[in-house]
Amino acid sequence: MKKPANLKGKSNPLPGFGLTLGVTLFFLSVIVLIPFAGLALRTSQLSWADFWRLATTERALAAYRLTFLASFSAAVANAIFGTLLAWVLARYEFPGRRLLDAMVDFPFALPTAVAGLTLANLFAANGWLGRFLVPLGIKGAYTPLGVVIALTFVGMPFVVRTLQPVLENLEREVEEAAATLGASRLRTFAQVILPSLLPAITTGFALAFARAIGEYGSIVFISGNLPFKTEIAPYLIVMRLEEYDYTGAIALAVVLLVFSFILLGIINLLEQWTSRFQH
Amino acid sequence: MASPIKTRLRAARNPSRRSTEESPVVKWLLISIALAFCLVFLLLPLLNVFAQAFAKGWRYYLESLYTPDAWAAIRLTLLVAAISVPVNVVFGVAASWAIAKFNFRGKSLLITLIDLPFSVSPVVAGLMFVVLFGLQGFFGKWLDEHNLKIIFAVPGIVLATVFITFPFVARELIPVMQATGAEQEQAALTLGANGWQTFWHVTLPSVKWGLLYGVILCTARAMGEFGAVSVVSGHITGQTDTMPLHVEKLYNEFNGPAAFAVASLLALLALLTLILKSLLEWKEARDLARAQQPAPPDSKAKPQMPARETTR
Repeated sequence: MKKPANLKGKSNPLPGFGLTLGVTLFFLSVIVLIPFAGLALRTSQLSWADFWRLATTERALAAYRLTFLASFSAAVANAIFGTLLAWVLARYEFPGRRLLDAMVDFPFALPTAVAGLTLANLFAANGWLGRFLVPLGIKGAYTPLGVVIALTFVGMPFVVRTLQPVLENLEREVEEAAATLGASRLRTFAQVILPSLLPAITTGFALAFARAIGEYGSIVFISGNLPFKTEIAPYLIVMRLEEYDYTGAIALAVVLLVFSFILLGIINLLEQWTSRFQH
Repeated sequence: MASPIKTRLRAARNPSRRSTEESPVVKWLLISIALAFCLVFLLLPLLNVFAQAFAKGWRYYLESLYTPDAWAAIRLTLLVAAISVPVNVVFGVAASWAIAKFNFRGKSLLITLIDLPFSVSPVVAGLMFVVLFGLQGFFGKWLDEHNLKIIFAVPGIVLATVFITFPFVARELIPVMQATGAEQEQAALTLGANGWQTFWHVTLPSVKWGLLYGVILCTARAMGEFGAVSVVSGHITGQTDTMPLHVEKLYNEFNGPAAFAVASLLALLALLTLILKSLLEWKEARDLARAQQPAPPDSKAKPQMPARETTR
C-alpha cells in the first residue's frame, strides 16, 4: 500500500481535524468506551471470591469446555479445508471457479440465525443430510457435533481469505528450483510451500477460533442447548440474564472477554508474522 | 486472483511450469474435495432455506409473510438498519478523515479501539447495554423515573446494532483514504475551495466505492444481527422482534415453514450482498488494472480485502 503522503501534522493545511476527531471520539465513547467502562465498573464491584464462585460453577465449566473444544475443532476443520479451498481457488482453472470464489464469503453474508436454522434442519433425522447420516450414527443436530458443524460454517471464510493473497503472491521460482533439484511434488509442497503458508494458515485459524468462541446465533438453533451437554458459554450468559441474575451473567462475560482479548493479542502477533513473510 | 489471462501469460513466460504443477489426477481430486465441501457447507444450506420455505407451497409461504407479526419484524429490521447504517457512515467518514489525513498521538490506539467490537461476543455486547440501561443498570432507575425505555425497546436494539457494526465503514474507508493521500485536497484548497467543497467534490468521489462497500457489509450485518439484539430486545412479539428474532420465535413454536419463509428473505439479502460485493471487487480490480496498464501484468494488482475487514 502507498504510504500516506507526507502528512506531518503541523504543516498540514487540511481542515476538519478537530471536527472529525471530535465526532469520532464522541461516537467511540457513546458506543464502545462507556459500555465497556460500565461492565468494568460492575465487575470491580464484585469481590474476587464472588467472581470466582460465579464464574466457575459446574455448569459454567461445562459450557466453557464445550465452547473451547467445539471452537478448536471447528477451527482445525477450517484450517484444513480452508487451505485446500484457497489452494484450489488460487492455482487451478475450472468451470465455476469465480462463482465458488464469490460463494466463499456466503457465511459472512448470511445472518447467523438463518445459518443455524438451515443447518439444524439439514442434519436432523429427516433432513437432506441427516436421513443418510443419522442411520450411520452421525447425529449433527442437537449434539456437540452440531455445534462444531455450525462453527465450521461460520468460520469458513477466514482461512481462505487470509491464505489466498499469500498463495497468489508466492514465488513460483522456488518451487521450480525444488523440482529441478529432484524433489517430488509432494516433498516440494511439504518442505518448500507449506512453511511459507503456515503464518497465514495460523492467522486464519486464530481468526476462526476467536469468532467461534463468541458465536451465538447459529448455535442456539442446532445445539439443543442442554445444560452440561450442548450448552455453550454465550448461551449460559443469556440464561443468566433471563433469570435477572446480572452478576452471574457479568462474571461469565468477563471470562469470555478476557479470553477474546488474549486471542486478539495473539492474532495481532500472528499478523505481524504473516506480513513479514510476505515481504 | 489469477484471471485466466494472467494465468495464460504466466504459463507462456514459464515454459518449465509443468514441474510446479500437480498431476491431473491430484489436481482434480483436490478440486472435487473442495467442491464437495462447498456443496455440503454452502450450497445445500442455501438451497435448503428455500426448499423448506416453500415446503407447504406458495400460498402458505406468502401467508406466513403477510402476518402482522412478520410485517412488524420486517419494518423494525428496516428501521434499525435505516438508523444504524447512517450513524456508521457519519462515524466512518469522520474517523477515516482524521486517521488517514492527519498524524496525531494515540492514532494506533484509536484504530485498536475502533476494531474492538470485532472481538467481543455479540451476547457480551448486548450485556454491556443491559448493564448500563437495564432496570438494575447504572441509568436504569433514572430512565424509569423519566419513563424512558432503552432496553427491551427500539433504542436498545439500535445501540446494540451500532456497536456490532461499528468498525465496518471506518475499516473500509481508512485504507482507501490513506492510499489517495492528501495532495488532491491540498490542491483544491489552494485553488480556493473551502473544506466542505473539497470534501464533497474531491474526497468523496475518490472513496465512493470503498464507502459503498462498507455500507453494503454494514447493512447486511445490521439486518442480520442476532446475538446482541436478542439480549436487549425483550422479544415482545410485534414490537421488539427483528426478523432474525422472529425466525427464532417461529422455530421455537414448531412453525418450521413460517420460520424458513422469513429466513428466506434474509437469505435473499445475503445473496444480494454477495452479488453487490463481487461486482464492486470486480470493478475495483478492473480500475486498478487500468490504472497500472504500463506496469507488467504480474505486479500483484489485486486490491486486497483482508479477511479481518470483511469479517463480523
